[in-house]
Formats: sequence, C-alpha cells, structure tokens
Amino acid sequence: MWQSCSPETIKIKQETDIVTARQVGRNMSRQLGFGTIMQSRIATSISELARNIYLYAGSGTITIEPIEKNGVIGLQMTAIDAGPGIPDIRKALEDGYSTSGALGAGLPGVRRMMDEFEIHSSREEGTRVVVVKWNSPLEEGRDKW
Amino acid sequence: MVIRSLEEEYVKLLRDYLNGPGEDQLYVAQQMGKWLLARNISPEELTDMHGRALEKLGDVPEFVRASFSILTEVMIEYGNEHRSVHSWRSRHQQLEAEMAVAQAMQQTLLPGEIPAYPGLEIGLVSIAAKQMSGDYYDFICQDEERFCLSVADITGKGISAAMCMSMLKYAIDSLREMPLGPDEMLHHLNRIVGRNIDPSMFVTMLYGAYDTRLHSFRYAVAGHEPGFLYRASEKKFADLEGQGSALGLCPSSEYEVREVRLEPGDVLILLTDGVTECKKNRYYLQRDELILHMQAEVGVHAQKMANALYNRLLTLSQFELLDDYTMIVLRRT
Repeated sequence: MWQSCSPETIKIKQETDIVTARQVGRNMSRQLGFGTIMQSRIATSISELARNIYLYAGSGTITIEPIEKNGVIGLQMTAIDAGPGIPDIRKALEDGYSTSGALGAGLPGVRRMMDEFEIHSSREEGTRVVVVKWNSPLEEGRDKW
Repeated sequence: MVIRSLEEEYVKLLRDYLNGPGEDQLYVAQQMGKWLLARNISPEELTDMHGRALEKLGDVPEFVRASFSILTEVMIEYGNEHRSVHSWRSRHQQLEAEMAVAQAMQQTLLPGEIPAYPGLEIGLVSIAAKQMSGDYYDFICQDEERFCLSVADITGKGISAAMCMSMLKYAIDSLREMPLGPDEMLHHLNRIVGRNIDPSMFVTMLYGAYDTRLHSFRYAVAGHEPGFLYRASEKKFADLEGQGSALGLCPSSEYEVREVRLEPGDVLILLTDGVTECKKNRYYLQRDELILHMQAEVGVHAQKMANALYNRLLTLSQFELLDDYTMIVLRRT
C-alpha cells in the first residue's frame, strides 16, 4: 500500500503553501491508514514546520514521504530552509519558548506528537528538521476503564 | 467486575444520559474525566471518541460529523499544552532539588551555634522570607573573653543575595586574622564588596567587637538599620547610634568606631530591616512602636526575648514575612 504513495515536496513561500502542505500530509497519512487523530496531528506538525519556514526563513521546502522499517509503515516529513538558523536549539525545544514569539515556534509540540525528531541548524546552512510518525497499533490495555 | 472498553463505557454513558439526563451520569462523566487525565488521554482523542460514540447512537447528520474535524484540530493545541505539563513538572522538580542544595549550602555559611561567654546572654532569630536569605550574621571568637559579630543585609532577596553572601563571608574570613578595628574592617569590606558585586547591589552592615571583661561593644556601621540599646537603670530603649554609607556604594567611604558599655541588665538589640519592615495591615511598623513591643518582652533571657519578639511581629504581620528577618539580642546578666 505504501509504495503507491510517492514522495511530494512542497515549496513554502507564502501562507497558502502551508495549507497545501497540510493537505498533502493529511491525504498521504489517510492513504497509509493512519487514524483520524494521527492524520490531524501529522497535519498540525507539518503546519508548524512550514510556518517556521514561512515566518523565519522566508522560503524553503517540506518533503513528505512514506517510509517502512521492519514491516512498520511510517510517514517522514523533512523541512529544509536556508534561513538564519536557530541560535539555541536547546532553548527552541524548551516549552514556553515559542510563546515569546521567538524562533522555533511549536517545535516542542511537534517533537511530542511525532515518534522521531531530528534537527540541524546553523547560520551558514539554515535549518533542517526531519520527523517521523510510525503507524503502530495503539498500546494494549490503555482504553480499559 | 466486567472490564469494558472505555469506548463502550462512553457510549453507554452517553446513551443513558440522552435517554433521561440525570446528575448521576454527569457525576460518572466527571469521574471519567479524572480517569482519562490519569491515563494521559488527550483532548483530541476524547473528541474523536465522542464523534465515534455519536455514530453508534444513531444517524449523525453530515454537518455534525464534519464539525468534528474543526473541533479535533483545535483540540490538538490543547493536547500539546496538556502534553507539555509533564515536562514543566519535571523541570519544576529539578529546580526545587537544585534550590534545596543551594539552601543547604547557604546554611553552611551561617554559624552553626551561638558562642557562650560568661556574664552575657546571646539570643538569635534569623528567618528567610523565601528559600534563600539575604541576611547575614556571624560570630567570630577571638579568645575566651572577646568575640566579633556582624549583621548584614544584602539588597534584594533570593539567589542573587545568597551568592553575594558567600563572597561576604569569605571576605570577612580572610580579614579576621588581621588586627582590624570595626571601622577598618568595614573599610576593607567596602572595597571588596564594591569590586565584586553588581553595581545595582549593595550591602548594609554592622560590625562590632564585644569584650566580656569590660562589657564594651565597639562597633561601626555601614548604612545599616540602627540597633537598640536598653538601659536597665532607666528602663528605656534608645537607638544605637552610628552611620556610614553602605558597602559597595563608594570606594572612599570612611567609617567611625562607636563604643557602648553594658551594665547588668542592659540589652543590645541588633537587627536587619526585615524586623522593622514587618507590615501591620498596610503600614510598616514604626520604630517607636517596635520599642513598645521590646519594652514588653525585656527582662528575660536574651534568646527568650528574641523568640518572643519574633512571635509578636509575625502575629502583627498576619504570619506573612515580607523580608528576611534577623535579630540578635545581647544581654548582660
């Protein structure tokens, strides 16, 4: 099933591009069999990554692609920009930092919603964020009340 | 007990309620809320479950179904906030632990016990308003008959004051071997403090040397809250005179030595401004008012008097300590 989805790269330059990226992510996650909540979380994560590009770097790309590891299907999202970079990544991943309106808005939330999170940022090369969400079955026994 | 899945339970609850709304079902819903929170079920998951539950109860109009997309999307942000609580909590715990270590370290800067000398009682109460104190006091024994004491107040409270205190402590420690009079001591400390603290901070201090043979107290003051001297023969309190600018303000400050002699029953009270800044309703306690309280407690052991005054002032300020509080009572027996 996952082979039927091909990677898509969306250029982020204006706010409407954020909406496009969300839409692509939502559709692809639906095709991969993610539940509705996960679809929304994936769309939200893409939204945050794309918004950071739009607000702080001006332009960049979001690439969304299906991946597979040990029989588990996942969705990988890569955000790349050539902006000024995040001066203090540790700080940008701290809760509460984003509300100050500074760089790295929403990153702590994205990191929590996704299964894998990788970030590289420098003044010379800009910022690259890679996140992955695996479509794994819910933990057993969680919904017994 | 039958273990039903949460979702089945939720559907049942919803159905019961819709069939005949009652407070009992609302009570169950509230309890369920606690249960969901304890298991970290996010707001968006609950929203989703509610949508699915509706589908099981009957035909859901398309516009209701579609509206759940909007609700879910909004709820994700609430979910993010909910998820971040855990990291806030652990960060808070970490800070508390660090604070406890700092607090313990600060305690080591203050003397562990009060020295004992014949013919003189020493009483002490020192309480921090917050976790860290900006009040400093120390007793330095010179020999069997003489000791030096200092009372200081570092501007500001909390961590910055505590860090400044360690500098002050080590400065005094390094100067104690030298035969310095109280005025010279303050003169040196002024230069050290001025060079080592933030320009926005300063330290007020009283430094004195007590000789129990003569019962003389020679002291110098650097911008510090004046103490009190009680003359038993007159049954009166008076201000302990002395002036000089606070430490760290001006490198050329000079300090002068004063001397008082205690007769039997006389009492010396040294304090920080946390004592006089006790708030009574909306007003700060005036010094003459404080004297009335001291007058009522004089004539007992120095420690008993210090305790009694603290209790009085704490009651006056309705058990709210606004500033660090330190009082030292010296009473000639």
